[in-house]
Parts: sequence; C-alpha cells; structure tokens
Amino acid sequence: MKRIFPLIGFVLLTILLMIGLNNSADKEKIPSPLIDRPAPEFSLPRLGAPGSLVSKQDLLGAPYVLNVWASWCLPCRIEHPAMTALAKSGVINVYGLNYKDTEDNALNWLDRMGDAYGMHIVDAVGRVAMDFGVYGAPESFLIDSEGRIRFKYIGPMTEDIIQKELMPAIARLDESIQ
Amino acid sequence: MSALKRALLVLLLLNGFAFAGPPIEFLDDAEQARFNALSAELRCLVCQNQSLADSDAGLAEDLRQEVIKQMREGKNNAEVKTFLVERYGDFVLYRPPLQTNTLLLWLGPGALLLIGGVIVLLNVRTRTRMIASESEPEQQPDQPGDSRSKS
Repeated sequence: MKRIFPLIGFVLLTILLMIGLNNSADKEKIPSPLIDRPAPEFSLPRLGAPGSLVSKQDLLGAPYVLNVWASWCLPCRIEHPAMTALAKSGVINVYGLNYKDTEDNALNWLDRMGDAYGMHIVDAVGRVAMDFGVYGAPESFLIDSEGRIRFKYIGPMTEDIIQKELMPAIARLDESIQ
Repeated sequence: MSALKRALLVLLLLNGFAFAGPPIEFLDDAEQARFNALSAELRCLVCQNQSLADSDAGLAEDLRQEVIKQMREGKNNAEVKTFLVERYGDFVLYRPPLQTNTLLLWLGPGALLLIGGVIVLLNVRTRTRMIASESEPEQQPDQPGDSRSKS
C-alpha cells in the first residue's frame, strides 16, 4: 500500500505539468491593470491628415474598439479581415491606432489590405501606446462611451474571438448603461 | 519554399534592426549604476525571461529611454516602478510585491521546504526506530510480555 504514494505523487506532478503546458500560450497575455479604468489621455494626429488632432474627449459619447496595428506587424495582416468585417457590420465604431509606423507604409498597407475603420490615429513614437500598456501589435481595446477601457485583447483577433469574447464584452456595455 | 524562408529571415532581421535605437549616454557613473540596477529589476514584456536591461526588443528600448528620462526628471526608483506597474501590471517587476495573490509565490517555497523537512524528519525517525529494533533481535522475543505488563 505504501508503494502507491510515489505513483500518486508522479500522477499529480504530471497533471500539474499538463496544466502548465496547456496554459503556456496564455502566458504571453499579461492581464492589463487598465481594465475598468479610464483610458489614458491622448491627442494624436489622424492618419492621412497630420494637421488634425484627435483627442480622447473627441471620441467620448459612443463606445469604440481601438485596434493597435502597424504595417510591419505580420499578425496584424492575419487579423485585418476579421476586424474589417467587424467595422463593416456597424455593431461598433472601430478606430485604428497606427503604432510606430511611417505614414507612407501605413497608407500603402491600408490601400492593399482595405480600410473599413472609421479613422486611424498615429502614434509614431509609441508613447501613447505605452500609456495604454501596449507591448506589441496587434492589441485591441474596447472603450466605453465614458472613455473607460472595458476589455483588452492581446494578439490577432479572429472571427471566433470576436464572437466569443468581444461581442459579450460589448453586450455588457449596453447592460451597464441601462 | 526556400525563397519564402529567406524572405522571412530577412524580415525578422530587419525588424530587429529597425528598432535598435541609440544607446543611452550616461551623465556619470552613478547614473549608470542606478539605471543598470533599476532596469535589471524590470522585466521586458516582449521577451518575458529577459530583464529590461538585457532585452533588444523595440519596446524594451522605448522603456529604457522612458526610465532614464524619468530618472533625470528627478523621480525615485519607486516612482519609476509605479509608472510601469500602472501600465503593464505587477508583471514588469521581477520581485512582485507581497499581497494576497502573491502569497503563494512568496511563501510557497518556504512552505514546501517545511513540509519536506517534516517528511524527512518523520522518515528518519521511523528508520532509526526500525534499525534500533533490528539491532537487538535476540532480546526482543523475551521482552514483549515484559513491556506489556509495564504498560
């Protein structure tokens, strides 16, 4: 009977390691301390219209998804069709935050990939993105009509993630307003 | 296929070079020592097993520039850390603060050591008792009646 203890220990260890392995993909996704907190203040130029600045206040009044992307970012390419579909669906405003990019490259990328977003704001040095806790692209933020961050997704959005994670988060916005 | 691989390789290399910023020029040795100590305690978020001091990632470079800028603005180490924690969470700290969700992290190793120690101690005791009883096998057959009558 005593001989079974090492076996039980081994099985428990195996289960522990399996849990660790299964969760390894999520380790790259660091929970943001900004959830349910006011989005950082910003005032950034519009892509294609460097003279006109867009601030956080300008976007208050309606919820929106802020999608951090760059022309040099390969996963952004993968995610773009799904985000384009979301923008076209009219469920919610989708804006782009062009991250550490050049204007030429960004505009070319949109020409090729298609642009259904309401607009794009430009963070060439990445300082505003730093305030948002961005540590790579793509990342997406759901910001409510009062300017609070309510949901964040790190990595490329897919149709599946939009349906299973973003849509419920948008539905929760509506509930909290009523 | 090999052309695609080559293109990907070039792309990877380009990404690295595109981000490499100018090295920080320190005002004096004291500033450099303080910066090195501080950035060694901060985790790079892109390559999570490297510190901010070691990482070549673009974001690490940006954060290093931000850290030195804030140091020169007269912020102390705690204030610089708070700035980063507010944006990236406790994850950026290699030494996370002691709070309810990190209790296991801080006390776990000690608890395991304690449990292990107790197990070893119990094992050693039972074995010494076993060895002790084996070393006096001749006396034992005579003793049982005796010890029973004593108790």
